[in-house]
Amino acid sequence: MFEKEKLAEIKEELDKWEETTLQKTLNRFPERRDTFITTSSAPVERLYTPLDIAGLDYERDLGFPGQYPFTRGVHPTMHRGRLWTMRMFAGFGTAEETNARYKYLLEHGETGLSVAFDMPTLYGYDTDDPQAEGEFGKCGVAVSSLADMELLFDDIPVDEITTSMTINSPAAVTWAMYIAAAEKRGIPMEVLGGTIQNDILKEYVAQKEFIFPPKPSMRLVVDTFEFGARHLPKWNTISISGYHIREAGATAAQELAFTLADGFEYVKAGMERGLDVDEFAPRLSFFFNAHNDFFEEIAKYRAARRIWAREMRERFGAKNPRSWWMRFHTQTAGCSLTAQQPENNIVRTAIQALAAVLGGTQSLHTNSMDEALALPSESAVRIALRTQQIIAHESGVVNTVDPLAGSYFVEALTNRMEEEAYEYFRKIESLGGMLGAIERGFPQREIAESAYRYQREIDTGQRTVVGVNDYLTEEHVTIPLLEIDREGEQRQRERLARVRRERDNELVAQRLEALREAAQGTDNLMPYILDAVRAYATLGEICGVFREVFGEYREPVIL
Amino acid sequence: MPEKKIRVLIAKPGLDGHDRGAKVVARALRDAGMEVIYTGLRQTPEMIVEAALQEDVDVVGLSILSGAHTTLFPRIANLLKDNGLDDVLVLAGGIIPDEDVPALNELGVRGIFGPGTSTEKIVKFIEEEIGKR
Repeated sequence: MFEKEKLAEIKEELDKWEETTLQKTLNRFPERRDTFITTSSAPVERLYTPLDIAGLDYERDLGFPGQYPFTRGVHPTMHRGRLWTMRMFAGFGTAEETNARYKYLLEHGETGLSVAFDMPTLYGYDTDDPQAEGEFGKCGVAVSSLADMELLFDDIPVDEITTSMTINSPAAVTWAMYIAAAEKRGIPMEVLGGTIQNDILKEYVAQKEFIFPPKPSMRLVVDTFEFGARHLPKWNTISISGYHIREAGATAAQELAFTLADGFEYVKAGMERGLDVDEFAPRLSFFFNAHNDFFEEIAKYRAARRIWAREMRERFGAKNPRSWWMRFHTQTAGCSLTAQQPENNIVRTAIQALAAVLGGTQSLHTNSMDEALALPSESAVRIALRTQQIIAHESGVVNTVDPLAGSYFVEALTNRMEEEAYEYFRKIESLGGMLGAIERGFPQREIAESAYRYQREIDTGQRTVVGVNDYLTEEHVTIPLLEIDREGEQRQRERLARVRRERDNELVAQRLEALREAAQGTDNLMPYILDAVRAYATLGEICGVFREVFGEYREPVIL
Repeated sequence: MPEKKIRVLIAKPGLDGHDRGAKVVARALRDAGMEVIYTGLRQTPEMIVEAALQEDVDVVGLSILSGAHTTLFPRIANLLKDNGLDDVLVLAGGIIPDEDVPALNELGVRGIFGPGTSTEKIVKFIEEEIGKR
């Protein structure tokens, strides 16, 4: 971007400045620390100048929004055209309680839905399974059958609003329930819009909610790609997620690298199935974390777009520009929230959300202040949603596209993020791609290492966490927490029993048998799952078939 | 004779997959000179108590963030007693609301360490408690 002579001049002036003005100040007022680091423990220089981005080529590296390589955004007008989707991740107790929460959030201006399922559901167990003991409704809503799904979206216009579902191993089953519930209301699947997380690879790496071994799991994922491409053109069949990788302790660069490497693995799997890359790649979506370090996060999103576009075009030969788009949802960092002085979390979340917006997110969840203590209360979640609305309508940051482009610091950071990602890609390739790397525990170990370093930095006071290792208060701050209906579990068990009693059990047995045979073969499983779900086969029954055919995965224990 | 190393079992009961805290604590205890065994994920109360017996540990650290502690901890505590492991120091970490603390103390969970606890504090607590014996 700069001419050689100009750079030489700047270099000369910089040296002079360092020797004179800077040195004088440092002699009198030394800096507060010897080194300054990001949230990811990466060093940050005192000052960035054109010299730090001397190699940057505007057209090649940044370009214009809506054009390759999309560093500045996937849409030409970004948030001037359409604000991001305000999508609050929510779910607890029974389908009825969660349905009421969705209506509350919509009433207060959220623009997309996002379902949190409880632990048994995430593991493919029905509420009355012995494995589910003590877990009902604790981390999300229980959805054991189509009947629960019908209640969850009762009176919600699923033909108009998009729904994201955070579920992975059983994603195909839950998706089928959503499709079948809409179908019963006369809404054809073609019009449905939304996302299933369906990202099994990051489960092995970080979130750990896996059921089946990698191979059959990848088959299920590709089945959804294929089915979605043919029948639900508006559905994102995967949300390739860095969020949980980051929450497990990864640095920003590790989050970026492992997420994209997972993405490459899915693209390869789709192509190996014989799908045309442009048939399914436009429906691949992403999900990133927004942690504390403002500029580092923004650089991460910008680098992500550039890398994805390049790899999709150059390496995988995608021709449809939509296949080059990295569209992503963002959630502020749950792991940054403190149980101490919980109101401070409102401020943390606001800063993180601002980074996501400036990084060009398509969708955003903001955490509530009480989430280090419990699931969010109504009043806490409203403040979190209002935070997005204040950014959207009051801060002014949405008025222009990618306002931080051209910042010497942000561009240098974006480049560094990209370089670090490529170093990881090389390493991962040498281990046989992400599947091989996971088998060897490589990403798991890298993340555990970073998590430990971060904790050491806090314990030794190298890193300040307000209210945790500094600025403590004697006063014990309490805030009202969410109360979950204690009778809910009983009602859910009764509903499940009624479903099993009233459905056509012969039909269920037939459909489960057809599913089993299909699972043993190579057919796309989605139509079989849909048929089973329509007959009110439960999640546990369907996943039970898969457990028998596919087996269960046991992870290597890595410390 | 060198002092016997404190043996600790770090366990993840229930379905909860959040293992960041468990792993960080395990590393910190190991760095503090303790012998640490980590069970891995999705352990039933029976599996945890079996591991505590087999490994002859002085301390069992339970990590859970899903909210299922109200069901699972009493079962683990009772199983420990049934197996004659009354003298094992039981600790818990994760998301555990204040209101649940008295009941857990009653069950014999001696230390409860929520988010924001420094690893030094946990090390010190274990050393002091075991030192008393």
